[in-house]
Amino acid sequence: MKALHNILDSIRPHFEEGGKLSKFWVVFDSLETFAFTPGHTNKHGVHIRDGVDLKRTMFLVILALVPALLFGTWNQGHQYLLSIGKISVSDPWNAMIWDKLLIGAWKVLPLVVVSYGVGLGIEFLFAGIRNHSINEGFLVSGMLIPLVMPIDVPLWMVAIAVAFAVIIAKEVFGGTGMNILNVALTARAFLFFAYPKQLSGEIWIHEVAASKADGLLVDGYTGATALGELASTVGKPLEDAGVTVVMGMFEPGGMFSLSNSFLGLIPGSIGETSALAILIGAALLIWTGIGSWKVMSSFLAGGLVMAFLFNLMGLNAYMTLPPIHQVVMGGFMFGMVFMATDPVTAAQTERGKWIYGFLGGLLSIMIRVFNPAYPEGVMMAILFMNVMAPLIDHYVIQANVSKREKRATLAAEQRATA
Amino acid sequence: MSGSVKSIVRGEKRKILAVLIEADQQGGAESFPVVDPKTADRTAVLGAMLNSGLFAFVQQRPFAIGADPAIQPRSIHISGFNSAPLAPDMSVVLDGRMADFQAGIHALGQLAGTHGVHIGVRSGDDSFDGIDGAVKTSFEGPHPTGNVGVQIHHAAPLSKGETLWTMHAEDVANLGTLLTQGSYQPIRVVGAGGSEHPSPQHMRTLAGSALSTLVAGHSDAENTRYISGDPLTGTDAGAAGYLGSLHHQVCLLPEGNHPKFLLTDGWLSPGLKMFSLSRSYPTWLMPKSKEFTMDTNSNGEERAFVVTGQYEPVFPFDIYPVQLIKSIMANDIDGMEKLGIYEVAPEDFALCEYACTSKIAVQKVVRDGLDMLKKELG
Repeated sequence: MKALHNILDSIRPHFEEGGKLSKFWVVFDSLETFAFTPGHTNKHGVHIRDGVDLKRTMFLVILALVPALLFGTWNQGHQYLLSIGKISVSDPWNAMIWDKLLIGAWKVLPLVVVSYGVGLGIEFLFAGIRNHSINEGFLVSGMLIPLVMPIDVPLWMVAIAVAFAVIIAKEVFGGTGMNILNVALTARAFLFFAYPKQLSGEIWIHEVAASKADGLLVDGYTGATALGELASTVGKPLEDAGVTVVMGMFEPGGMFSLSNSFLGLIPGSIGETSALAILIGAALLIWTGIGSWKVMSSFLAGGLVMAFLFNLMGLNAYMTLPPIHQVVMGGFMFGMVFMATDPVTAAQTERGKWIYGFLGGLLSIMIRVFNPAYPEGVMMAILFMNVMAPLIDHYVIQANVSKREKRATLAAEQRATA
Repeated sequence: MSGSVKSIVRGEKRKILAVLIEADQQGGAESFPVVDPKTADRTAVLGAMLNSGLFAFVQQRPFAIGADPAIQPRSIHISGFNSAPLAPDMSVVLDGRMADFQAGIHALGQLAGTHGVHIGVRSGDDSFDGIDGAVKTSFEGPHPTGNVGVQIHHAAPLSKGETLWTMHAEDVANLGTLLTQGSYQPIRVVGAGGSEHPSPQHMRTLAGSALSTLVAGHSDAENTRYISGDPLTGTDAGAAGYLGSLHHQVCLLPEGNHPKFLLTDGWLSPGLKMFSLSRSYPTWLMPKSKEFTMDTNSNGEERAFVVTGQYEPVFPFDIYPVQLIKSIMANDIDGMEKLGIYEVAPEDFALCEYACTSKIAVQKVVRDGLDMLKKELG
C-alpha cells in the first residue's frame, strides 16, 4: 500500500494552502484519512492510545444495520408481490427471492444514495467553512434515515428532510457530538409534520396506489401498517365489526400475527419491520460494547410495562394487545436498538441511561395507543427523551454534587472546631 | 556528590533545559544534622527537607503542584505500590530500606495535620505490616489503584479549603536516611523497560540522571520514544534527555509515525494486533497473556465527544469524569468546583485519555483547568 500512499503524498501539495485546489482540502483530507490512519503520534499526555477510533465505532454500527437493511430490501419486494397476489402468504420464503431483492433494491438504493449524497455534501460544506476535518457521525445517520422511510417516499422529500435534519438538528448546534436531537429521527419527524398527507398516504407498499387503480390489488389488502390498522380501532367499542376484523389480523395466522411481526413479514418502514434482524444488530452492538445495553434493556422494560398496564385497563382493542406483540411492531425495536442508544443524544450518565431508556420505552407505547394521530409513538418518545436527557443527567449529577458539598461543609465545621 | 556548574543549556525563549554539573570526583557532600525522627519537631524536619532539596519532590493537592512549605497539610499520602505499566516493583525499590522508610514516616507525622499520614497498600502485601505511625488502607484491582489520587479519594477524600501533600515512597525512605544519617542522596530505583529496551531491568541511580545511562546503549532517536516516567503520564524526554524529577521509570517504545492502511492495520482491518479496552477489535477474546507491542501512534484523529460510558470504568472515583472535563473546556469555574476538581490530578485521567475514542487530550484539559482555578483563586 506504499504505492497508494506515495500517490497521495504527491498530490497533497495541490490541496494544501496556496495550492490550486486548497478549497477542497477537506475532501482530500477525509479521503486520505479514510484510507490511512495518519502517522500522527501522541505529543502530550499519554504516549500510547487505544486502538479504537470513531471510524471503527461507526463502521461497527453500520455493520449492525446490515441485517435490517438486507431483510428490509427483501421484505419490500415481498410485500409488493404479496399485494398483487404473485405469491401466497403461506410460503413467504422460497418463491421469487431474487425478484424480491431486485424490486426492493430498486427502491432502497436510491434512498440510500440520496441520503448520503445530500447529508455528506452538507457535512463537507460545513467542515470547509469551519475549517475542521469531517466527523464520522453522518456515516451512521445516513444509513439510518433510509431505513426509517416508507418505501415509496419521493426522493426529493428525503433530500429536503436530510438537509433539514443535518443543518437544523446538527450543524447549528456545532456539528457532530453537539446535537440535542437524534439526526435521523429529526429527518423522519420533519417529513411527518411537513408532509402529513403524503406520509399517511399509500406509500408503505411499493406502488400500492397504482396496483389498486389497475385492479391488481389482492382483495382485503389495505396497504396500511400494523399501527395504522390498530389506530383505526381506537374510539370504537370492542365488539364493533371493524374492530373484530382488525384484531383478527393480529391472531395467529393473520397478517400481523406475532410470528409475522417478529420475523418482519409485514408492511412498514424499510428497516423497522423485522425484530429478528434488528436483534441480530443489537447483539453485535452489545457484544462489541458500542450500543448501551442499559438503554436497550430499560427501553424494552419500559415498553413491556406500559403495554402490560394497558392490558390491565383494557379500555379498547389496542390496549388488549399482548406486551410482546406491542414491542415487536412498528418502530419500537428499531428505535430501541439504533435510535435511543445514540450516545450523543441519550443520557450520558450511567444511572441516567436507565431512567432515559425506561421512560423512552414507556412513552413509545403510551403515545402510540393514546394518540392514534401519531401511530409512530417511538419517534415522538425518543425525540422527547432526547430533549429530557440533559435534565435527567442534571439530577443524577446533582446528587453527586450535593454529596461533595455536604462533605466539604462537614470538613469546614471540623476545622473550625479544631 | 560535589562539583561545579559547567554549563546551562537553554532552549527557545531562553527556557532552561539543563544545568550540567561536572563532578569533581571527590564525592564530597553537605552533611545535615542528625535528628531522631520520632522526637524532632516540625521546624527541624521541614528545615532538613528544604535545605537538602528533598522538599522539591513533595506534591500538593489541590492543583497537583509542588507543595508550599508554609501551609500545613491536613494529611500526607504515600502509595505503597505501583500499578502503572512497566513501573518498578515497590518491593525492589524499598528492598533493605524499610527502616529508612519507617523513619521517614515518623518524620512526616510531625508535618501532617489532623488526618495524619496515609499509606495505600496492595491487599495481601504484608511488607508494610511493621510500619507504624500511619493509617494503612488496602486496595485491590488493576491500574490506577496504585495512583495516590485514587487512594486519597477512597481513604480520606479532599474537600474544598483543605490541602494535602503526596510523596513517593522512595522519597520517604530518602527522608529517613537524611534524618538518621545526616547525608542526602536522591536515590531512584528505576524501572527501565518497554518493548525497545534491550535489557529491561530495575536500575539504581540518582534523580535527574541522563536517560542514556539507563537504556543499555540503545540509540535510535528517530524511531524510538524515550519516555521519562510511565507510558501514560511520562514526558517525551528524547534520547539525550534526563530522568524527570517525579519520575521513577524509563520506557522505550516504538514511534508510530507511519500511516496505517485501512484494510491491513487501520480501522477496517481485522485488528489482531490492535489492543483495545473497547471490544471493537477481536483481541479482547484472546487470552490475557497475549502480549502486544504498543507504539505511539494515536490510532485515529481527534474528534468531538461522541461515545459515552468509556471513561467511567477506568476512573475509580465518585466523580463524573466527562462532565468535569466538559466544565473545564467551557471555563465553568463553578462547575469544576462542584464536580470535584480539587481532588484530582492530570495523572488520574491518564487511562481516560488512553481509552478515549475521540482522542481528546484529557490530561492537558485537566492541567489547564487546575491552572485556571489556581489563577482565579489567587
